[in-house]
Order: sequence, then structure tokens, then C-alpha cells
Amino acid sequence: MKMKWLNNKLIHTFVTALLLVVLSNSFSLALSNSVHAAESSTDLSSVEARIRPVDRGGLGAEQFRLEEKPAARMPFPAPRLKKGDYPRIMGVSSRSIVWVLAQMHLFFAAFVLAVPLFVLVIEWIGVKNNDERYDDMAHECMKISMTAYSITAIFGGSLAFALFLLYPQFMAYMFNVFDTQVLIYAFLFFAESAFLYIYYYSWYAYRYGNKKWVHLTLGLMLNVTGTSILLLANAWVTFMMAPSGVNEAGVVTGTIWDIMRGPLWNPINLHRFIANIAFGGALIGAYAAYKFLSSTDLKARAHYDWMGYTANFIAILAFLPLPFAGYWLMAEIYAYSQQMGITAMGGILAWLFIVQAVLIGTILLAGNYYLWSGMSRTRGSERYSWMIKYIALVLVTCFLVWVTPHTLILNASEMKLLGGSHHHLLGPLGIMPAKNIAVNLMLIFTFLSFQLYRRSDKEVTVSWAGFGNALMVSIYIVAIVNVIFAGVYYGYFTNTVYKVGSSVTQVVSTLVVIIAGVTIDTLMFKGAKQQPSEWGRVSNRAQYALFALPVAFTWLMALMGYVRSSVRTDWHVYTVMKDNSPDNYIPAIGYAGNMMTIVTVLFLLFVLFIFWVASLSDKKQARPAFLDRETA
Amino acid sequence: MKPIFHRQGGAVLLKVMLFSLGLTLVFTLIANLLPQVEGEAAQEQEIDLGALTMDGFVSLGETLFSGKGTCTLCHNSMGRAPDILQLDMVAIAKEHLADETYQGAATSVQDYLRESMLQPSVYVVKGFGQKGSNDTVSPMPVVNKAPIQLTDVEIDAVIAFMQAKDGNDVTVALPQGLPASEAAPAAGAKQAVVAALPAETAEQAFSKFSCTACHSVAGTTSPVGPELNTIASRLDKAQIRQSILDPNAVIAEGFDAGMMPLDFARKMTISELDLVVNYLAAEAAASQSGGQ
Repeated sequence: MKMKWLNNKLIHTFVTALLLVVLSNSFSLALSNSVHAAESSTDLSSVEARIRPVDRGGLGAEQFRLEEKPAARMPFPAPRLKKGDYPRIMGVSSRSIVWVLAQMHLFFAAFVLAVPLFVLVIEWIGVKNNDERYDDMAHECMKISMTAYSITAIFGGSLAFALFLLYPQFMAYMFNVFDTQVLIYAFLFFAESAFLYIYYYSWYAYRYGNKKWVHLTLGLMLNVTGTSILLLANAWVTFMMAPSGVNEAGVVTGTIWDIMRGPLWNPINLHRFIANIAFGGALIGAYAAYKFLSSTDLKARAHYDWMGYTANFIAILAFLPLPFAGYWLMAEIYAYSQQMGITAMGGILAWLFIVQAVLIGTILLAGNYYLWSGMSRTRGSERYSWMIKYIALVLVTCFLVWVTPHTLILNASEMKLLGGSHHHLLGPLGIMPAKNIAVNLMLIFTFLSFQLYRRSDKEVTVSWAGFGNALMVSIYIVAIVNVIFAGVYYGYFTNTVYKVGSSVTQVVSTLVVIIAGVTIDTLMFKGAKQQPSEWGRVSNRAQYALFALPVAFTWLMALMGYVRSSVRTDWHVYTVMKDNSPDNYIPAIGYAGNMMTIVTVLFLLFVLFIFWVASLSDKKQARPAFLDRETA
Repeated sequence: MKPIFHRQGGAVLLKVMLFSLGLTLVFTLIANLLPQVEGEAAQEQEIDLGALTMDGFVSLGETLFSGKGTCTLCHNSMGRAPDILQLDMVAIAKEHLADETYQGAATSVQDYLRESMLQPSVYVVKGFGQKGSNDTVSPMPVVNKAPIQLTDVEIDAVIAFMQAKDGNDVTVALPQGLPASEAAPAAGAKQAVVAALPAETAEQAFSKFSCTACHSVAGTTSPVGPELNTIASRLDKAQIRQSILDPNAVIAEGFDAGMMPLDFARKMTISELDLVVNYLAAEAAASQSGGQ
């Protein structure tokens, strides 16, 4: 009864004013606390009267005391729900509604949190190099982000409304656990909106001199509040996966910091932070490609070619360390619950990693193809063009290894012919060690493409260039040998514990290549002779690679979000609050894939709408002739 | 010039949409080509005690082993945990009991198998401990706790399966009568009926009124409220009764007023109150005598 009252109250409050629900919830808690406090203080004398017969003078003062104390919050164990406790609207799956709204909100939130991060860096580069092209590009990126910000808020509000309507007890529990943290979230949301609008609309007002530094500071504040919002919201997700600060019944036993600082919080924070940048870069790249393809003006094409290149650079650079953040997250999931880790990687969800391989393969192939195509902008690239076919061969081979399933999908007669579900040659390629080798080699060779592209318009002038190149080649060789050796030796000739451990060696090898490559090139090409680049001299086909990136990124985000959420199996909050709703099962991959396609297509349509809205501000309607006649 | 620009823009938009849609459909196709398996939520099974035979009990254990118990997630050929299906667990249990490093309390195979499920870290098989623990901590979850939550009868069924699968004698007795909490409800309606019925044991009452959410009692731990395992060393029966019915009357040192619900007098039956009070008084008395 109390629960129903709470739900109705919450829903009613939410319908009245979406954001005020946060305030009202806390207010009701505070009110309830003060009522208890009032009761305990006013009834003190009667309480004393009541305990006297029981006490009979034997009540030890050393163990008990009768005193006025401020009333604490009532313990709120996680509700134990039954199927009938979940509201159902016209027989529509509640999970599907929340799935679509949550995913749409997350896509847009990722975009609007990421864009200001690299916009600030681009703006700063413009100031440092005194090059206004960077400043204009940064402003154009923000222009796209502005419409996306409103759409993020619309989907965020719709998601919250759907959750309160369809999962009221769950939301009541979560609000009780996170308490005033939700208020801080709401406050930061207002702060972020304020910084965003001031940052964007003051762009040309604060463009030069000291005012520019004020503008950069505004951008910094925007990013600080945006990232804080990300961290706070991540705590809700990680609490649901690996609850901390509560006991077995879900009653809060720790501080809000204990609740937020669960074992998966930081891995998710890092993973989402990096992934958002890659995703944001890919979307800006698609915008530039769209503008490039629709422009006939050579100057505009040159500008959008440059913008597309920069956005792709950001996306791929952020994407390269992403698998390592993923490793950390999975390692922490295994450490928290081996059962949860195996559900993701070796259980029912394992097949999804084949789709993941296809998606990441698409991203890497598209990113590399764009870089190779872009080498046509400068004649200096001819020095390196012979290497492209070998890089392509390695990438395609690794991609095929990565998508090789461990267990083949066969009918009975095929299985009989093969002698089992594991092919004697392909079977070993289906397990993680082979895939770890493949993915690390793909990353190393993608970095090689990137490095060749960066070198193609430069002529080295330092005396130690020969040594620098030899060192770089040696690092590549050692890293590749190490990745293959660690994968083969530890993966196939030792037990499972070492298999997992070997991936760390491989990751370190890949990171060494990336860090050493950036360092050596920075030093070696300092003051290098620059060859002219002809921006705009790139094929239209290359622009489609810039569309492939956000499509694959969007689908990938939907897929990995689904995996992350599904590892909780039939728990709203793992081990604490059981999910007894009609949708508490993990759907088949096909169904999940269809849902991912729905959200991806929906998102892309909204993105095209945003591109269109952003283009509108560039256009001016010609003054009609009849107005001139009237004036005359 | 301008009309050309517009026509181009429209064509680009169409091409981009078709390209993006085509690529999305490729990913969808791959997802639909893979094996389509749904991950069912663990279903509680109704156990008909009257018709239960030992074969049925073993079969139940096998179902639990690969289903609700989620044992096969780790205990398989992938090397994360001993591959139970390939091992004679009776022989293995005897071997471990004879191991001089074994520190547990079990003396029989049946007890050892139960102990390994309820206290997995008592004896960790070499090479299967948690990373960095030098085989002193097992990564295995306690099977009667969340998220697995096997009941005592279900644990016995799994033991019976592990004994029977290699042709060994089953030493676990068939369950004769189940307390209400063991009668695994199959549907929400039945669960509601069970929850509404008066508790028959103190443990049921603790569960029914969520006492364990805040108090350490009957094998559970929670620091929210005062621990109740030794309550009788501090309170007599009348005081325990009063602290349930009028919780703000006396506040234990270190705890706040207003934490405990005030409506137990309305919710509890007299017999439930007696069960809880007698249990708490007796539990503490037992722990006191044990201590002496």
C-alpha cells in the first residue's frame, strides 16, 4: 500500500514537471524524516512511561540510553516484485520501449558530451597556431552539437518518464539509494546548459586577445560539468551491475561515495569517455563528408575535406586505445563475478562477439581506406603507396581470423562429415588467443597507415633520420613478434589463467608501438620540409568511408550496451533486486539485432535532420523582387 | 548553378541514406544468421514430494547443475574450474578429504560436496584459486546466496546428481517434508499466497518481515541495525518483545531512532511474534552456553 502510494506520488509528480520529480523525491524524504523527528521528540515522556514496566530498573544504562536523536532515514530494502507489479501498457513490451528510448538518449548524450571535448582542443590549437580555420571548424562542430543537445534532453525526459511509468518500484528504489546524488545531477545539467549556451553564443564576441582565454575557460567549464554528468550517470549503471554500499537485502549501509565507487565504475568511466570521443569524431566526419559531397564550390569542398580528415583523425585516435579500456572492464567484471564474466564472454552472449568483430573490422577497414585515399592529396605519398597492399592483406587476414566462430553452425549431416562442430584447422582460430593476435595486429597496422599518412606530406631534415627510421622499424618488428608469440605460446600451450594474462603483454606491445611512433615522429619531423597538400583532391568514394564509421560505431554502441546490460541476467540490480517482469529473459541475437537496427536507423534519421538544420543557418533567402517594387 | 546544387544535395542525401541503411542491414543479417538462443530466467520448479523418486531427484540435480545452478558456466572443459562432468566426484571428494591441507569440517563425501558449495574457500583445488590469492580464495559463488540462490533441497539434488552420474551410491536422503520456504513457488500467485501465510518458523518470520535487511541474525549479516545473534545477553524476552512492537522506546547504543518500522504490532500474528522472541532468546542462550 505504501509502495503504491509512493509510485502514484512519483508518477503524478513526474507528469506535472519532469525535472521537479528529483526535487520532490528528496523533499518527501526530508519531510518524512522531520515527521519522525517530531514524533520522537514530542512522545518522549510517554515513551518513558511505556518502558518503565519492562525496565523494572534492570535496564543497563551502559547498553541502552534514552535520548533525543535526529531520526535517520527508514531502511528501504530492495522491493521483491512479482510479475503483476509491473505496469503494462496495451500489451507492448516495457523493455522494448525503454530499450529504444535509453539507446537514443545514450547516442545523443555521447555525442553532445564528446564534441565540446575535442572542440576545445581544436579551438586551443587555433589560438596556439594563430590559424582561424581551426576556430571556424570548432564553431561549426558546436553548431551541429547544439541541435543534438536539445534532442538529448527530449529523449532523456522521455526515458525518465517511461521508467517511472513502467518500472515505478525499481525507480523508487534507485532514487532511495542515490538520494541527493540525483539532485547534484540535475544541478549539473542546468550548469552544463548554461555553459553550453554561453560558450556557443559568445564565440565571436570573445574571439581575440584576453577575451579568447575567457572563452576557452568557458569551454573548459562546459567539459568539466559534462564529464561530471557522465560520471554520475555511470554510477547508476555500474550500481545495477555490481552494487556496493548496500547489504544483501539492498538496504543502504554505506555513504553515497561507497555506492558510486563500485568495482566497475572507473572501467566504465574510462571506456565511455574514450568511446564518446571516437563516436563524436565519427559523426562530425559524416557531417563533413555530407557537406563535401553536396558542395560544388571548390573552396567549400577543400574546407570540408580538411574537416572530414580532422574528424576521422580524432575518431581513429580515440578508437585505438578503446579495446584496452574494454580489456580492463572485462577483467574487472571477471574479478567481481566470474559468473558474470563468463555469461558475457563464454555463455549465451558469446556469439555477439562475432558481430562485434564484424563491426570493429568495418571501422578499421573504413578508417584505413580513408587514410589511403587521402594520400592522393600529396605527391609525397608515392614513397609509401607500395606498402598499402600489404597492410590491406594483413588487415583482411586478421579480420577473417577474428570473425571465425569457435563452434560452427552446422546441420546434422554436415557435422557428421566434419566429425564434430569444431573444424580441425579453423577451430583453433575460433578461440580468444587467435582473436587477440588478430585485433592487436589490426591496431598496429592501422597505426602504421596513420603514420604513413602523417609522413606523406613531410620531408625529414634531421641528421638522425636513418637511425630514427631503423628504431621505428625495429619497434614494429619486436611488437609484432611479441604479439604473435605471446598469443600462440600462452594461448595454446598453457592453461586458461595464462591465456588471459598473455593479453596484457600483447596490449603493452601495441601501446608501445603507438607511443613510440608518436614520440619518434614528433621529434624527427620537427622543422621538416612541408610538401603542399591539395585539400579537396580526394575521391567521392572515400567520403563513404566517413559514413561507414558512424553507422558501424552506432550499431557497435547498441550492441555493447546490450551485452553490458544483459550480463545482469534476471536482476534489476545484480544479486539485490530480482527482475520478475515478463521481459526478464535475454532475447535471442536476431531479436536484439533487429532492435539495434531500429535504434540505429532512427538515430541516423535524426542525425540527418541535425545536418539539415545546421545547413539552414548557412542559407539566406534572396530578397523577393516584389519587396523591391514596393519600396520603390 | 543553384538548381544543380539542390539537385545534387537531394541525390547525395538519398545515396547516403541508402548506403547507411544497406550497411545497417548487413549487420542485422549477420546477427540473424547466428544461432538464435534465448536466455531464460531461472524458473522455480514445483517439487511433488509424494511422487519424488531417487531417479527423479538425481534428474532434478542434473537440471539444476546446468540450469539454475549455472555450474556449467565454469565447470566445463575450458579449464576455469574442475570439469565436474568428466570427473568422478566421489573419488575426488575422498582424495581431497584425505589431503593434509584440507581444513574443513566435512567427514563424508556428501558433507564435503555440500561444504564446497556453501563455503567454497575452505578447500581450493590447486590452480583454481582466485588470481593473486595463492589458491586460498575460491572464485566460486556461494550457491545458496544471490545470484544463484539454491535451496537446501536443491543443493541435496545437485549432490545426488554428482554422486550418481559415475555410478556411485547416492547417500543423500530424499526430502521428506519441506518447510514453506523450500516449497519453491512456480508462479507469482503462489509466492504471494506463501508470503501472506503466517510464518511457521522464526527464520520464515525473519524473511517475511525483512528483519535480515538490517540485522545480523540466523546466518545473515547486516550492519544497519543492532546484531541479534547475542540479543539475549542484553535483553530479556519482554524487552525483546517491546523492542519489536515499540522500537523507539529504547535505542541501542550507536544506532538512530526512527530506523525500525513501527507497524509490526499490526502486521505480525501473535504466534509469529512468539516465534521470533523465543528464537532470539534461545539463540543467544545457545551461543552463551557455547561460549562457556
